[in-house]
Amino acid sequence: MQKNILIIGTTSAIAKATLRLYAEQNHNLFLVARNESLLQTVAKDAKIRGANQVESYACDLADLSCHASLLENITLSYPKLDIVLIAHGTLPNQKECETSVQNTLQEININAISTISLLTLLANLFEKQKSGSIAVITSVAGDRGRQSNYVYGAAKGMVSTFLQGLRNRLNDSDLQVLDIKPGFVDTPMTADFKKGPLWAKPEQIAHSILKAIDKKRNTLYTPWFWWGIMLIIRNIPEFIFKKLKL
Amino acid sequence: MKLSGWGRYPITKTQTTYATQPGLVASSIEAEKTTQIARGLGRSYGDSSLAEHSINLSKMDDFISFNEINGQLTCAAGVSFAEILRVFVPKGWFLPVTPGTQFITVGGAIASDVHGKNHHIEGTFCEQVSSLKLCLASGEEVECSKVHHPHLFRATCGGMGLTGIILQATFTLKPIESAYIKETTIKTTNLAETLAKFEEHASATYSVAWIDCLATGKQLGRSLLMLGEHASPQKTEQTQQKPPFQDSQTAKTSKFNMPFDLPSFTLNSFTVKAFNALYYGKVRQTQSERLVHYAPFFYPLDSIQNWNRMYGKNGFVQYQFVIPKSAGLKGLTEILTEIANSKRGSFLAVLKVFGKANDNYLSFPEEGYTLALDFKMDNTLLAFLDKLDEIVLHYHGKLYLTKDARMSEQMFKQSYPQWQEFQKIRYQYDAQTCFNSLQSKRLGL
Ligand SMILES: Cc1cc2nc3c(=O)[nH]c(=O)nc-3n(C[C@H](O)[C@H](O)[C@H](O)COP(=O)(O)OP(=O)(O)OC[C@H]3O[C@@H](n4cnc5c(N)ncnc54)[C@H](O)[C@@H]3O)c2cc1C
Ligand SMILES: NC(=O)c1ccc[n+]([C@@H]2O[C@H](COP(=O)([O-])OP(=O)(O)OC[C@H]3O[C@@H](n4cnc5c(N)ncnc54)[C@H](OP(=O)(O)O)[C@@H]3O)[C@@H](O)[C@H]2O)c1
Repeated sequence: MQKNILIIGTTSAIAKATLRLYAEQNHNLFLVARNESLLQTVAKDAKIRGANQVESYACDLADLSCHASLLENITLSYPKLDIVLIAHGTLPNQKECETSVQNTLQEININAISTISLLTLLANLFEKQKSGSIAVITSVAGDRGRQSNYVYGAAKGMVSTFLQGLRNRLNDSDLQVLDIKPGFVDTPMTADFKKGPLWAKPEQIAHSILKAIDKKRNTLYTPWFWWGIMLIIRNIPEFIFKKLKL
Repeated sequence: MKLSGWGRYPITKTQTTYATQPGLVASSIEAEKTTQIARGLGRSYGDSSLAEHSINLSKMDDFISFNEINGQLTCAAGVSFAEILRVFVPKGWFLPVTPGTQFITVGGAIASDVHGKNHHIEGTFCEQVSSLKLCLASGEEVECSKVHHPHLFRATCGGMGLTGIILQATFTLKPIESAYIKETTIKTTNLAETLAKFEEHASATYSVAWIDCLATGKQLGRSLLMLGEHASPQKTEQTQQKPPFQDSQTAKTSKFNMPFDLPSFTLNSFTVKAFNALYYGKVRQTQSERLVHYAPFFYPLDSIQNWNRMYGKNGFVQYQFVIPKSAGLKGLTEILTEIANSKRGSFLAVLKVFGKANDNYLSFPEEGYTLALDFKMDNTLLAFLDKLDEIVLHYHGKLYLTKDARMSEQMFKQSYPQWQEFQKIRYQYDAQTCFNSLQSKRLGL
């Protein structure tokens, strides 16, 4: 059966790899990103791969005032949504945030507030439908604050907590709320990092996202071993953790 | 970051930029200047994709347009052959020309002007390319084809990335009726018979021979000649009851992985056994037929990821030459004898008959015989290969640039007579100020 799938942050490497898999299964897509020409490129690619219908909409998601009209456009194309994946995000420069309130708030705006704004609108839509999957990419970084990137971590953690509450609220309907927590992924966001054995490819993450949505999971650590790593990280007593250089 | 070609020799320190969209290519060219070169999936063996600065295109991988009626595909240069097959085989289309691995990019295929098992019929990959978009040293993007900027087109096809960065290309896929190949294997007892069988089966769509390099004397050149034709659906159903476009094997090609280097001493026994058991001993009749999925037919090595690590940490060199048909039996005999006498095991020894050459300045294929062999790197290898070079030159042959890691400037300039025309085009577009690889410097380009 063809599904109506909304992808927010389409040009992200992880989102792109995921929507390609959906395109190849001939589903209908609604693609959202801020870079208009790149969005068109991805839309054409999805169509060639086999997507049945592809709609797209360009907007800067940091501008919260455009979210309502975005939602209107989506429902005009697809009155019912089966899956939404929210993937946009930025990786802040932690040091710069430490010296600039404005930077810090900007990063929190794009990584948390914009997502929560979209989720608030989408949740009501999905609640009325009484079915469907809401999937959001947060991060393992949201599991515990660390000196090297706690602005990012705090924003992701806020979204994860929001998702928990939403999942609890929507539990009576046949709705899935999936929190996707990737570890290190080799994408443009992390282009400057030195890569090692813990690093995964976006395609690998995409496959795990499809599977988790299929299986109606609540939380996905991906690749799977991050579940174990984060279990340990979360359980280190704070009086020790605060001394670590992480 | 340390980077090498597929042969893991030589290794060099490189700074890599990933160009994820065409707009970023011009800015990375601008930022670097002087010593940069494009890189796809790094399946060239030697130093063609190595420079101080590497612009990696493998993540610029979108399909741009596809004509479902005639199969014409336009895609970004970083799209891999594997991805094209994964998406288009189920729709009934196949690559018009493909090398022995699917893990290469369209940009890399054009820059090396790659050939496949159907060269004698279809020519090279670039002969299937109707146009391409190139980013010049100036950052300007130009469309080139046989009609627009024809000289730049001829220089870029087979030009090893030395004219600019290929951004996208248009070529035509070929219709197929199933994902299967009807494979015929013919066992030959010596070189003369191998060459005669190639002649006899000149009309076969695909042909290639695996030579037992260690056979000597009367058995020198004994081979398995593999022929292939795309199978029709009836054929696939009768014999195996498989859906015609089943694709499982491409997605799961990498069932085995070579996660670390094998100690080098395992190589020789491995090599000999591999050929004898897998490719010679297994085939009992002189001629046999079977139906195989396209993946094992075209890409037997792709099922072992990182098989290049088998040669140990010093890496290896692939030596691929072509000599004209007239030199055929005599030249090949001389070279094979030299190799057999040296007792250097070659895991891969692939023989193919090329059809006519095209007019791209640095394209490799020309009418004659091409042989590709792998040699494990050790401190006597380079001298040995210099000796082989002499024989190749003597028979008016040349080496394939995409496999080369060590040939001399003199050998190159003597065997690629159009190098000066090529260089003229590079100067015309200022490419020499910007696009240089370790290889181009070594070859005096
Ligand atoms: C197992 C195996 C089997 C093979 N079999 C065959 C065969 O049968 N026939 C054959 O012809 N070849 C064969 N090859 C060689 C391979 O097809 C070529 O080396 C091909 O060019 C590799 O493509 P790549 O994307 O990995 O390019 P790379 O190795 O990354 O680069 C190769 C060259 O292309 C240039 N280049 C790459 N992308 C671009 C771009 N976008 N713009 C400009 N220049 C670019 C680079 O600068 C470099 O000079 C084989 C290789 C392997 C590993
Ligand atoms: N890579 C990792 O290691 C990793 C690990 C854990 C979690 N994540 C999360 O995974 C998600 C996807 O990231 P990625 O790794 O795929 O990186 P990416 O390719 O850099 O994707 C990030 C995307 O967010 C978009 N974006 C940023 N600000 C935007 C805005 N104001 N409006 C609209 N779009 C905006 C970017 O658009 P432009 O293309 O226009 O800039 C880009 O497409 C992110 O939420 C990230 O936090 C990544």
